[in-house]
Amino acid sequence: MANTSLLSLELNDKIAAAAERLQMSRREFLQFCAALATTLGLPQGADAAVAEAVATKKRPSVIWLHFQECTGCTESMLRAEHPTLEKLILDIISLDYHETLFAAAGHQIEAARRTAMKANAGKYVLVVEGAIPTKDGGIYCKIGGQTAIEMLKECAKDAAAIIAIGSCSSWGGMPSTDPNPTGAVGANKIITDKPVVTIPGCPPNPYNFLSTVVHFLTFGALPEIDALGRPKFAYSRLVHENCERRAHFDAGRFAMEFGDDGHRKGYCLYKLGCKGPETYANCPTVLFGDAGGGTWPVGCGHPCIGCTEQGVGFQKPIHMVAKLKNIEPPLQYPRIIEEKGTGATLGSAAVLAAVAGAAAGAGAMVAKNLGLSHQAEQAEEAKKAGEKAQV
Amino acid sequence: MAGNHHPHEAPAPVGGNLFNGATLVCGVLIAIMIAILAVRFVFGLGAVTNLNDGYPWGIWIVVDVVIGSAFACGGFSVAMLVYIFNKGEYHPLVRPALLASLFGYTLAGIGVIFDLGRWWNFWHIFTPGYANPNSVMFEVAVCISAYIVVMWLEFSPAFFEKWGMKDAKRKLNKVLFFLVALGTVLPMMHQSSLGTMIVVMGVQVNPLWQTKLIPLHFLLTAIILGYGVVLFESCVAASAYRRRIEMHLLEPLAKIMLGILAVFIVVRFGDLLVRGALPLAFQPKVAALAFWIETLAFLAPFAIIGSPSARRNPAKLFLAGVAIMFAGVMLRFNAFLIGYDTGTGVDPGWNYFPSVPELMVTVGMFAIEVLGYIIITRRFPVLPREAVQAAH
Repeated sequence: MANTSLLSLELNDKIAAAAERLQMSRREFLQFCAALATTLGLPQGADAAVAEAVATKKRPSVIWLHFQECTGCTESMLRAEHPTLEKLILDIISLDYHETLFAAAGHQIEAARRTAMKANAGKYVLVVEGAIPTKDGGIYCKIGGQTAIEMLKECAKDAAAIIAIGSCSSWGGMPSTDPNPTGAVGANKIITDKPVVTIPGCPPNPYNFLSTVVHFLTFGALPEIDALGRPKFAYSRLVHENCERRAHFDAGRFAMEFGDDGHRKGYCLYKLGCKGPETYANCPTVLFGDAGGGTWPVGCGHPCIGCTEQGVGFQKPIHMVAKLKNIEPPLQYPRIIEEKGTGATLGSAAVLAAVAGAAAGAGAMVAKNLGLSHQAEQAEEAKKAGEKAQV
Repeated sequence: MAGNHHPHEAPAPVGGNLFNGATLVCGVLIAIMIAILAVRFVFGLGAVTNLNDGYPWGIWIVVDVVIGSAFACGGFSVAMLVYIFNKGEYHPLVRPALLASLFGYTLAGIGVIFDLGRWWNFWHIFTPGYANPNSVMFEVAVCISAYIVVMWLEFSPAFFEKWGMKDAKRKLNKVLFFLVALGTVLPMMHQSSLGTMIVVMGVQVNPLWQTKLIPLHFLLTAIILGYGVVLFESCVAASAYRRRIEMHLLEPLAKIMLGILAVFIVVRFGDLLVRGALPLAFQPKVAALAFWIETLAFLAPFAIIGSPSARRNPAKLFLAGVAIMFAGVMLRFNAFLIGYDTGTGVDPGWNYFPSVPELMVTVGMFAIEVLGYIIITRRFPVLPREAVQAAH
């Protein structure tokens, strides 16, 4: 049973040791784990489980493959704004094969990969970065004489979990752009007998990768995924839904061209081609690429290009207007300057006067009638009294 | 509901023709109203009203709902007198007063819908998942709706008598005491809550009307208005149907009304003095003028029917009733519209004056009340039976 109370970990030696190893204060470490649990959308108490797992669990062996790509995913992870992020990633996993980061090369590194796979058979995590070319037998990407297809199949065979990082390995990404000369596809087109978690994005937010790995570490299973293999905690909402400029969209305030008045005022970028309305990603909440406060593309004034979404990113022209997936723009917008109302018009004053006049007239008539009948009654009474007196 | 403890003339229909000048005029006015409302419900509030962001409610709320329901307090005021203070001699006034209340409140309830921007969602307030039970509006809405139902039940003996449903009437009589009690508590709750809406509007309302005591002002004036309306309505009914006026009832009723009115005036001016708001009444402004018109109208009944001999004159009772009704109208108009300014100190320049269609809808609402009163009193047993009937 995982720990569910963060307080009980306050004086835990292992937590303190983990924090020291990561060059963080104990407080920062616990806060970081709580933030991770929140990113994952986990219930209360999961923060403690995450912290405990990160501090105590045996680090999973990771085989990291590179195919048709730019290494941007790795770069963005190593250059994250939070300097501890890459430390944490490299701390919680045992990176046994990574072409960019390894000093070794050639047959030496291929041998290291095979050794690690054999030693951790059925337990290691396979991370795939880059698209897999399929045209002409997959000859357009070869490593150590193996095609990407062969290598991927070999590594996937004994993997405990397969994570495709970046749009290239998720659905083909940039290399698969028309006319797709190499027949590039995502990892899940090659590995069809095992679930492949896809973390699209160009590059994807390192938090989303880290959260997925931490989920695996803590609970021994990968997080819940959608039909395209994307973790639901990160890809269940459109960028448009949580966008900081959304209020401008709803009010019909758009930047019409770069540098215009609306653009300077931070209006909605939809008409500049922002793909937020058709792109599923958590960029507005955790910010794209972890590049620092407010510096995600839309925050900087550039439309979202839809890099996570197959058929949108690298496919649609950047300034082509997005298809609105779950929202229809209103036919009418509220006025920016409200009418403040006019005073009395001739007609309304006349009607009011007529009503008042009619009421006053009717009242006067009723009062007059009542008065007259009262007088008559009194006269009659007086007459009766007089008659009585005479009798 | 006919007096069980006090022998009175049983109520009887007045009879006579339903087609005459008065009903025809009412019918035309109602037709105009329906036409305007059709436009309003299809094309929205902006198409027919002069409402704006600064004045999100206009005469439809203030006159049709707030003033309309205050005018309709006759039933509650008289029922309170008869059943709570056990003054059984006023019993003949109950049913006609209740009829006026029934119309006033039912139309106020319907009138609210005219003013709802998204009127098709009106049922939300009665639906637990949608309603906000912490809102003043919620209290008013639920309370008024409950009171409308209670009043229809209270009044239903008139229908049972007409259609000879003796069994139903007997069953209803057994629980009537409960309905009467509810019918006294509910209006006290929501008439004061209508005042609370002013409190909620904070500094936007002129200090002459913005006071923590405004709920009490609204409650007291609602009771006074109830008696004023009974005076007015009895005199008009007597005049229109050429009936004898129940002077032996109206005379002491007027005295009670003056007593409560005196209490109100002490509370009103005491509150103004304690808060130091009275100097505002001497500034050369529209609000100050409106305040004095309101105050003079509240004081007028003392001048008109202050002496016992004046109270024996039906013409003066009628005028006093009119004065009180006018005063109640002014208090509500002042608090909700004339003394209300959204932009106080921030965004001035908001204006509101009702448009012709708005005015015609309000006129139409009153026409419905008059027409309904005529039809029901002529066809159902409401007014006390008279030996000689000269209805026409």
